[in-house]
Amino acid sequence: MGDWVPLVLSVISASTPLLLAATGELVTEKSGVLNLGVEGMMLAGAVVGFAASAATGSGAAGIAAGAAAGALLALIFGVLTLTFLANQVATGLALTIFGVGFSALMGAGYVGIALTPLPKLDIAGLSDLPVVGPILFHQDVLVYGSFALLAGVSWFLYRTHAGLVLRSIGDSHDAAHAIGYPVIAIRYGAVAFGGAMSGLAGAYMSLAYTPQWAENMTAGRGWIALALVVFATWRPARLLLGAYLFGGISLLQLVLQAEGVPIPSQVLTMLPYLVTIVVLVLISRDRTRIRLNAPACLGKPFYAAG
Amino acid sequence: MVAAAAGTAALLQLTGIVKQFPGCLANDRVDLAIQAGEVHALLGENGAGKSTLVKIIYGVLRPDQGEIRWRGEPVHIASPAFARRLGIGMVFQHFSLFEALTVAENIALGINDPAERRDLKKRIVEVSQSYGLPLDPDRAVHDLSVGERQRIEIVRCLLQNPQLLIMDEPTSVLTPQEVERLFETLRRLSQEGRAILYISHKLEEIRALCERATIMRLGRVVAECDPRQETARHLAELMIGNELRAPAHRAAKAAGKGARLTVRGLSLRSDQQFGTDLKDISFSVAGGEILGIGGVAGNGQTELTAALSGETLAERADSIQIDGKLVGLLGPGARRVSGATFVPEERNGHGAVPAMTLAENAFLGAFRRLRLVHTGLIAAGQAAAFAGKVIQSFDVRTTGPAAEARSLSGGNLQKFIVGREILQAPGVLVISQPTWGVDAGAAAAIYQALLDLADAGTAVLIISQDLDEIFSICDRIAVIYQGRLSEARPVRSVTVEEIGLLMGGAHPETGREPSHAHPA
Amino acid sequence: MHIRLEPRGRRSTAWAYGSPLLALVLTLGTAGVIFALLGKDPFLSLYTFFVSPLASATGRPELLVKAAPLVLIAVGLSLGFRANVWNIGAEGQYTVGAICGGGVGLALYGDGNPLTLPAMIVAGLLGGMAWAAIPAFLRTRFNANEILTSLMLTYVAQQLLIYLVTGPWRDPEGYGFPQSRLFDEYSTSPVLIPGTRLHLGVLVSLIVVGLGWLVLAKSLIGFQLKVVGQAPRAARYAGFSERRLVWFSLLLGGALAGLAGLFEVAGPVGQLTPSISPGYGFTAIIVAFLGRLHPVGVLFGGLLLALTYLGGEKAQIDLGMPNAVTGIFQGILLFYLLACDLLILYRVRVGQRAPAAKAA
Repeated sequence: MGDWVPLVLSVISASTPLLLAATGELVTEKSGVLNLGVEGMMLAGAVVGFAASAATGSGAAGIAAGAAAGALLALIFGVLTLTFLANQVATGLALTIFGVGFSALMGAGYVGIALTPLPKLDIAGLSDLPVVGPILFHQDVLVYGSFALLAGVSWFLYRTHAGLVLRSIGDSHDAAHAIGYPVIAIRYGAVAFGGAMSGLAGAYMSLAYTPQWAENMTAGRGWIALALVVFATWRPARLLLGAYLFGGISLLQLVLQAEGVPIPSQVLTMLPYLVTIVVLVLISRDRTRIRLNAPACLGKPFYAAG
Repeated sequence: MVAAAAGTAALLQLTGIVKQFPGCLANDRVDLAIQAGEVHALLGENGAGKSTLVKIIYGVLRPDQGEIRWRGEPVHIASPAFARRLGIGMVFQHFSLFEALTVAENIALGINDPAERRDLKKRIVEVSQSYGLPLDPDRAVHDLSVGERQRIEIVRCLLQNPQLLIMDEPTSVLTPQEVERLFETLRRLSQEGRAILYISHKLEEIRALCERATIMRLGRVVAECDPRQETARHLAELMIGNELRAPAHRAAKAAGKGARLTVRGLSLRSDQQFGTDLKDISFSVAGGEILGIGGVAGNGQTELTAALSGETLAERADSIQIDGKLVGLLGPGARRVSGATFVPEERNGHGAVPAMTLAENAFLGAFRRLRLVHTGLIAAGQAAAFAGKVIQSFDVRTTGPAAEARSLSGGNLQKFIVGREILQAPGVLVISQPTWGVDAGAAAAIYQALLDLADAGTAVLIISQDLDEIFSICDRIAVIYQGRLSEARPVRSVTVEEIGLLMGGAHPETGREPSHAHPA
Repeated sequence: MHIRLEPRGRRSTAWAYGSPLLALVLTLGTAGVIFALLGKDPFLSLYTFFVSPLASATGRPELLVKAAPLVLIAVGLSLGFRANVWNIGAEGQYTVGAICGGGVGLALYGDGNPLTLPAMIVAGLLGGMAWAAIPAFLRTRFNANEILTSLMLTYVAQQLLIYLVTGPWRDPEGYGFPQSRLFDEYSTSPVLIPGTRLHLGVLVSLIVVGLGWLVLAKSLIGFQLKVVGQAPRAARYAGFSERRLVWFSLLLGGALAGLAGLFEVAGPVGQLTPSISPGYGFTAIIVAFLGRLHPVGVLFGGLLLALTYLGGEKAQIDLGMPNAVTGIFQGILLFYLLACDLLILYRVRVGQRAPAAKAA
């Protein structure tokens, strides 16, 4: 009866970093900025979070440090693309390359060190319920955080004036500027938030998922998060669905291995990447839907005259 | 200086405004005075400096020198929000609307004070209805017509109770009937004591609506007057600065050559998000004839131009014929080889690549008909020679074929592109918005070139939003509305009113306007 | 303090060449700071990193050996980037090229067939092309973003390589290590100059630079690539097929990346292992930008970044620095380059904010 509880738990832990990073990138892209550096920011968050936690013994410090690292890298990206008007695709790639190198350099001294994973919350009484207990009431703070943040972002974007302004900048930055909104400042904020979320996602990986640091440990999850935003057609609700769909793939990998299906392990490892491609294709082929939902100014630099 | 009523300061007074851009002095010591309740025209050609001046008034730009006084007190209008607080509202020529958002969301974005955003939907309905511009607050902007979108802009301003309402070329996208409705609203606002600054280059409208006019040319104020006391011709001369020359009158041609461009039953779904589907369009243009297709922007002109040039393929090969060849399913290259050349609406990024040289741009348009490619390699010398020929024949002011396209002024670049297409000796020329954004001198040269081309036996099709232009050089006129084309009539036998009704979708005989429910 | 950007109105050719140089200088300065932070003497470290590889007689030809794959890949990328076709998966195409070419070599192992190497070259080229054909197809047919699809395929290719060298293609005499047999003499590229490791791939890369220049500057398809990247509507107006240009860009990039992969495994590496590339496919992106997306510039950019690889290896040996330093410098160089490129189109004005309106 409870056999599949560990499987569901593994789905949740696989989906959480994707959800965190994709939520952040959603906000960034809704403001019109395409930040391809998610992978680099996640790795930076992972290594910095790990280092901070190892140094202080505190998981909270690790989480905060990871988010800060992601935000800082994102701000470098912001300066280059928003103030220096560099090409967003190239700069995002530069951010990834830099993040990979930086994390490898900084993480060299931390390979092989084990930390205690982030504590799981214990909600009095509820955590002991069979089945539902471990799944719903016994997760670490970042898992709950991922849901809360997604809900918060959704409320912010669609129910507040500030969120409306952000969406308008992604739709037409010239019109928003003509009204007098500080396009660049708001984009900086969106980019920094996206970076912090990616950093959080990385910190989750090194502090909770496998509480260890290894070079390149995100293994492309940052890129998958980018694909998730497209899959969700830039809507928060679908993002949740997408992230858990991908988490489900890790489930599939475990099940296939457990059942002893004779597929080479490398093929199982390929699965998330192949599924990402399939998902991208399915969503992208509906050009009208993409056009109606994608922020019209995505990727376009903004230059204010006068 | 305008003499104010004794003891009353002007509502808005600009003195000595200067604004410099790299390579262009947009405003050169401009003075302007507007009284409360006055409908004041700001008249000038494209590039005269009107838009810049008005952006300064609205706080989008800051002047380099000069003083602004509001009700007699000096002010620094630091931002549009500041201007709105003063009581200045502005309706831009190119709407600043967010297509993916609703009417109410769009208006909410323009309001900084959260208190004012309460009950917004209710207030939108009230205000829009009471001024004769009804709006549904929950509709998404991309579902609305251009006239309805302008209403959003106007209602947005009215909600903030402006004392000065600036309107920048408001009628360039309206049918004549919509223009009348707008004028009624503006007159009503003026009666309420609000001032209106009306920017336009349309002389008849200004004479019909405005009490005072300030005329600008090349960044300076050249005259102030009461437009009701002036003839349209005198206003135009003040605006252009020299005697108007009508293009050489064409001898009426017997319909000699047969149809060189034939379009039959062309129907096409638009691939643009907010585009217009083409529905069963049929017409033909004979050799030696100039056909003009008029219409308000957004009624399918872009789709039609793309369908004719081959950038969008038709559904059937016989939908489009060039000199008898069935080209409907062929791309732009094959259509050029068949004898047609094309001048698109947009110079920058469509008709020419801004960062490339004139020689490269000449190659871009002419390489097929002039065979400028040998075994996959570009004949650069021949391309440059052709560019030189275009530059010379069309008096393009530039340093030579090696100059980048973006270094040319709008008029010169347009002359270059038109010249490039004409010097390929086409049997059919399709040209869209031939003189949009072009100064009067270049426009006259382009008109003459088109007339000469037609005289030489080419079929010329002009797609334009400028009725004056069509009436001055075309033989026949048809009107495109919501993707359908009216019958083409000889220009001599049709009146502006009939055309205006056609542009608004009504039947010219009955004059009845359709209700504003949109066809599915 | 207020920074304003004033558009120049035209590209400054001086800065188009000057920007990479300025970026390089800034990178060197930052590198010195990073070395100091790592507790190493900055000047010694900079010397070790950037100068000492060139000082020795074996060092200089080695520079060309390291540059060859970068240049090959980057020429293909630079043409594609000009057309706004972002082939980020060159690393995967390199891998598949190595797999296909290497596979032919292993299949003909010990046969002594003189056509082995030519067959391997063709296989490598076709393999890389085929791998790049997937994102090309997905973009033209389904409008799927080629950045993400080509990148995902990189991970897939890597897994494929690991599978092959741990399984079916593992060297039976290799003591169980995940690697293939060492290629025999017929499967290995000849050494061009004795005493060096200069292989056929180096020569091919130089030829490709020349051909790339020819295509870009003189051919119709090069012109089409430029137009489609700068003004897609003008490209459609002129009848250029964007679909065909996407295919061309990706197939070319894939072919050259596959070639690079083949020459590496048939040359310096000598076999198939999981680590046949220190990230050439990604570094080539930096080389392309550094070289201003121009084949001749790419040659210089490739030499410079090859230097950083050699310098990184030397620094690891001589100074005990971690290998990851190389990656950081490459990333920083690209950052600075992107920032300095601003100067090509804009002038920077620093000063007091101009007052809104001065009294007359």
